[in-house]
Amino acid sequence: MENTNVAKVERNTPEAARAALVPPVDIVENDVGITLLADMPGVSKERLGVRVDGDNLLIEGSAEVKVPEQLELLHSEIRNPYFRRSFTLSRELDPSKIEASLRDGVLRLHIPKAEEARPRRVEIKVG
Amino acid sequence: MEAKGIMNGSFRFAGDLFPELSRLQQRLDEVFQTGGATNIRELARGTFPAVNVGSSPDSIEVLAFAPGVDAKALQITVDKGLLVIAGERSRSTPTDGEKQNVYAQERFAGSFRRVISLPEDADPTKVEASLRDGVLRISVAKRESSKPRQIAIN
Repeated sequence: MENTNVAKVERNTPEAARAALVPPVDIVENDVGITLLADMPGVSKERLGVRVDGDNLLIEGSAEVKVPEQLELLHSEIRNPYFRRSFTLSRELDPSKIEASLRDGVLRLHIPKAEEARPRRVEIKVG
Repeated sequence: MEAKGIMNGSFRFAGDLFPELSRLQQRLDEVFQTGGATNIRELARGTFPAVNVGSSPDSIEVLAFAPGVDAKALQITVDKGLLVIAGERSRSTPTDGEKQNVYAQERFAGSFRRVISLPEDADPTKVEASLRDGVLRISVAKRESSKPRQIAIN
């Protein structure tokens, strides 16, 4: 068994220049932060990258799937399973506290809001 | 339902026009994707699960990219030369109760069914399936009689 072209991963290419698939995401926000789910099938923990640079959040990963040798591709909807997508974070989010988990090819990120950006109830003084 | 043989290069699935169009859209997205940043609160789009099919000397290999789908929620059947992958993926973001804003909901949710026409040399009695990191791999053995053989010369 070896990895061949059902899920070919091209190496030695500058990452930014590689054609990437844009993983579909779900993004929801509540009072405490933003939860992002991204479909990255075939990507293992070792091949996943989550990086924050300034206000830029980058998620990327390449899928690796074991297939038999001498495989001839008959039909492919995912040619080069390299996923990459970046997002701009707004200022009230706290990138230093991002929590990431990966399960069954789904990346889940929780980006908490900075303490001071959480909604507060303003007391109205009557007097 | 229409399913052409995978050997002739063309490939169609039950479901017709809309999935076809969204696949086209995804292709375009792939082509024109420039790596630019998307605002975290913006929207964007697919056929689920995406499928790759390959042929090795011993088997037909089908890969279905089905992230977040539990093995128990998957049904694989082979009937009259058609391999059917069906299942369901539920939405994994909370949808009720707490106050929240939804900024993107691009991930597929609901039931799915994809039909793949197997070539004639596939042996429907020898099918193996495994699921790892959200990729379903189905291996359908080829009939012994169709495998390449070396003919000994006496």
